[in-house]
Amino acid sequence: MQKAHDRDDTVFEPTGRRPRPIIATNREQLTVKPTNIKNPEYFHKVIDCQFACPAHTAVPEYIRLILHEQYTDAYLLNWHSNVFPGILGRVCDRPCEPACRRGRVEEDPVAICRLKRVAADHRDDVLPLLPPVPRGKNGKRVALVGAGPASLTVARDLALLGYELDLYDDQSKAGGFIRSQIPSFRLPEEVIDTEMGYILDRGGITTRFNTYVADLQDLIEQGYDAIFVGTGAPRGRDLPDLPGRSEADKFVHIGIDWLAGVVFRHVESISRRVLVLGGGNTAMDCCRTARRLGGEDVTVVVRSPQSEMKASEWEIEDAMAEDIPIIDNHVPLEFVVDDGILVGMRFDRVEPQYDKNGRRRLVSTGEEPVFLPCDEVLLAIGQQNAFPFIAPDSAIEFNDKGLPVLDPNTLQSSVPSVFFGGDAAFGPGNIIIAVEHGHQAAISIDLFCRGEDLHRRPAPAVSLADQKLGFHDWIYDSQVIEDGRQVVPTVDKAKSLHDRLIEVELGFPSTVGKTEAKRCLNCDVQTVFDYSLCIECDACVDICPTTCINFTDNGEEDELRERLLVPARNKTQDLYVSETLPTGRVMVKDEDVCLHCGMCAERCPTAAWTMVKFVYQSALAGDS
Amino acid sequence: MSYTRPTFRHPEAHKNQLGYTRTAYEGSISTLCAGCGHDSIVNSIITAFFEMSIEPHRIVKLSGIGCSSKTPAYFLNRSHGFNSVHGRMPSVATGANMANRELIYLGVSGDGDTASIGMGQFTHVVRRNLDMVYIVMNNGCYGLTKGQDSATADKGSKSRKGAPVALESIDLCELALGLGAGFVARGFSGDKKQLVPMLKAAIAHKGLAFVDVVSPCVTFNNAPTSTKSYSWVREHMEITNTFDFIPLRQEITTDYPHGSSIPVTLHDGSMISLYKREDKEIITNRQEAINALEQARSASQVLTGILFLNPDSSDFHDINNTITTPLNRLGEKELCPGNDILQAFNDSLR
Ligand SMILES: Cc1cc2nc3c(=O)[nH]c(=O)nc-3n(C[C@H](O)[C@H](O)[C@H](O)COP(=O)(O)OP(=O)(O)OC[C@H]3O[C@@H](n4cnc5c(N)ncnc54)[C@H](O)[C@@H]3O)c2cc1C
Ligand SMILES: Cc1ncc(C[n+]2csc(CCOP(=O)(O)OP(=O)(O)O)c2C)c(N)n1
Ligand code: SF4
Ligand code: SF4
Ligand SMILES: [Mg+2]
Repeated sequence: MQKAHDRDDTVFEPTGRRPRPIIATNREQLTVKPTNIKNPEYFHKVIDCQFACPAHTAVPEYIRLILHEQYTDAYLLNWHSNVFPGILGRVCDRPCEPACRRGRVEEDPVAICRLKRVAADHRDDVLPLLPPVPRGKNGKRVALVGAGPASLTVARDLALLGYELDLYDDQSKAGGFIRSQIPSFRLPEEVIDTEMGYILDRGGITTRFNTYVADLQDLIEQGYDAIFVGTGAPRGRDLPDLPGRSEADKFVHIGIDWLAGVVFRHVESISRRVLVLGGGNTAMDCCRTARRLGGEDVTVVVRSPQSEMKASEWEIEDAMAEDIPIIDNHVPLEFVVDDGILVGMRFDRVEPQYDKNGRRRLVSTGEEPVFLPCDEVLLAIGQQNAFPFIAPDSAIEFNDKGLPVLDPNTLQSSVPSVFFGGDAAFGPGNIIIAVEHGHQAAISIDLFCRGEDLHRRPAPAVSLADQKLGFHDWIYDSQVIEDGRQVVPTVDKAKSLHDRLIEVELGFPSTVGKTEAKRCLNCDVQTVFDYSLCIECDACVDICPTTCINFTDNGEEDELRERLLVPARNKTQDLYVSETLPTGRVMVKDEDVCLHCGMCAERCPTAAWTMVKFVYQSALAGDS
Repeated sequence: MSYTRPTFRHPEAHKNQLGYTRTAYEGSISTLCAGCGHDSIVNSIITAFFEMSIEPHRIVKLSGIGCSSKTPAYFLNRSHGFNSVHGRMPSVATGANMANRELIYLGVSGDGDTASIGMGQFTHVVRRNLDMVYIVMNNGCYGLTKGQDSATADKGSKSRKGAPVALESIDLCELALGLGAGFVARGFSGDKKQLVPMLKAAIAHKGLAFVDVVSPCVTFNNAPTSTKSYSWVREHMEITNTFDFIPLRQEITTDYPHGSSIPVTLHDGSMISLYKREDKEIITNRQEAINALEQARSASQVLTGILFLNPDSSDFHDINNTITTPLNRLGEKELCPGNDILQAFNDSLR
């Protein structure tokens, strides 16, 4: 694949990573300037899923590989960009799916995440296919603190470049929160072990497990060329001031500590009646785990309305499917302890009220407090960052939120050789964000160790491939199928509630996976318009199923958007505007609900429209 | 090659007064050549009926033979249809219209279908002023049989094959005017802004509304030397008048300056509002319309717009004083009124 700025014919201009505003309105004439499709970020943005993915995984390309049963290739494509395809194919927060175009033309988006798992489930042995870790080292040593996804990504990227890496973690195995927090019924341990192995067992990395870095200064003084801090956000919030808290202490657990206890088998059971406080994904993992450890009557209690809970929709659905009621609009008042034994909790019933800025306040309804009986309570009300291993007088600066002061693009701290990423950088996020931080930190560390400017980031690799195959045939599968989102089969509920180690989801069988893969609209196959060939016959306008294409007078963008055949009101989606045509009009395509079906190109008599596959691959450390 | 069109539509697609989206007015995927002007006319027909909120089941589409005559398969899948033999659409339309005057008749023909084999049928259906819209998709050639020059090809025009047309051409609009048509218009497939309101006015008109639409044949007759090509028409198109079609009961909101608009009320109460030029004479004066067409022809221009309109024309039913009820709704009592009435009728003929 060619590098963006190697190309002299400037098919693409290098732009760095951040998308630039693509449509510039020309003030004098109040018309929209022709779209610059040479800017790689224009077409990148059209690929909604890839654009939304923090690591910019080439989603439609791997889905296409799955359609052609090239599971191993699909896996490797993922591995290149997101490092943990088997893990993420199960537990990714999947920002791609709400962004998926399919969700704008029918009910549900493509099951992008679960298709990733299909690639992982059906792949052959990839170990021999992974890029080799060079034997000769480049002489640079980097320390990584914490063995979560952020550090591991840095480790993978830099090991491939010949760095010598020391990985420190206070746990006995790698994975960070992936291992200690995410329950096995969502993510089996073997999957974690295998993918950690792809990074750690191939040389270049010295692991120092069961080693807590008590003072970062010690590492700095060891003369590492750079240090990466990926220690996560390890402290679970408590309710220290709630009446009864200390009396109830034996029966109250911090959610993340309790979950880690379960994973490491310090906790084997829980009482019959459990209250889980909190509305995020941690709460969902706590309540579902409690159901498996003997909790028969498990209830989630949230302060806010259910519709505003932080947990992903699918996590809430899964919990409710396991007979876990969610009680919303209840603010905890006290732990009720009788004779040294927790008997329940009292809550104040509240209502959300919104001020004119949309800010929410929870206001008491004034009703009698509600008493909910219980035997144990799990607190899943958020996490905090903590850096006890960085001395207050350290040269590493922190902001008023207790987070390190970082350059948001390079992740460099106030000590030039120290970089942060993952939850430790900007507070609790998710795995895929941690991975992307890892990539960026690896790029920065590599530039730093080579004495180069950290702000001159490597450009993405892009390529274009015409999809025409003879007369009106396409290389890609242009047909748009109507099937709805396929359902992932699961293990029988009674069986899975019996054993926390049984994975609930079974993954798509390959035939179902292929049907799901066909639902993808191939948003990377771009509609490319050459205005110099257009005879304005309107054939594309007439055929386009979703009324994307217009020939109209140019104008100021907002006004132009309203004037289209169907007004283009989704402003997160760009307009593709051509140069002025012989009739004085311009072609305006609203990218919003284009099906990438290629009908416009099929019906165009002059090939003014072509379907061109645009591959965009984010740069990794070592790329130029 | 796609043999079906994806069924997904824009989630915010407009709905008409009946609550339908355009989908209710669509047909099967076109099998015409990519870029054919006929496809654009199809789309304008869909838009016109959709925007006028006419129920598809009230429409009858009829055609002869030709690429143009194939197009009823590509629109109004839920309407009645009849694909007749070459040039015979007018007789089928006449029969159907006589039997049921409550439906809306849309005849689709080509320049070959109309100006050659169907010429006799065409002239008589115009003379009779049958209440229908008669569209000719005029590409100056026999597209379906591989592009032979048709009778509307202009003298001197050169198709892809390169030989100039030797014969005089027939101007179907002029002919229709001469035959007393009450609505004569000419459009261009590449100008939907004009074509859609033109079709709406034709649909609202009572009596025969003749619409000649220049429609380039991209495969056989789109050479720049052809007077029916996209580029030639764009360069030589002269617009006689610009107008809005204002359906019945809709407030007139168009904001061109007062005085420059000339309203013409159609029989159903809807209106055409002409503006931009003071061409009042032309639109309701047959003589002026013929002059304008002749002038444009000598200046090598394609005159488009509504060329002539007689809002008070009487259609074939009026002329023949036929019964208002469709025949299929007449019961035995009306059809066999009894011996007394028969005797009286016979006596009247003695
Ligand atoms: C209950 C729960 C469920 C979650 N589920 C999901 C999910 O389904 N999907 C998802 O995408 N995200 C999920 N997350 C979030 C996700 O786990 C984290 O965002 C992610 O793991 C952060 O990665 P990281 O590399 O920054 O650090 P972490 O994964 O937190 O790893 C940090 C590691 O550093 C070690 N460490 C800390 N300090 C030191 C020190 N001084 N010396 C040595 N070692 C140290 C820690 O012990 C830990 O092993 C979940 C989080 C929780 C709490
Ligand atoms: C009775 C009869 N004679 C001749 C033909 C052959 N034929 C089929 S289509 C056609 C001409 C069609 O020309 P036109 O109406 O202009 O349609 P176009 O294809 O150009 O749209 C002819 C001569 C026929 N089908 N039937
Ligand atoms: S349809 Fe396919 S390519 Fe388009 S956003 Fe969804 S998954 Fe991505
Ligand atoms: S590919 Fe072309 S025809 Fe298909 S939806 Fe997009 S613009 Fe419309
Ligand atoms: Mg023809």
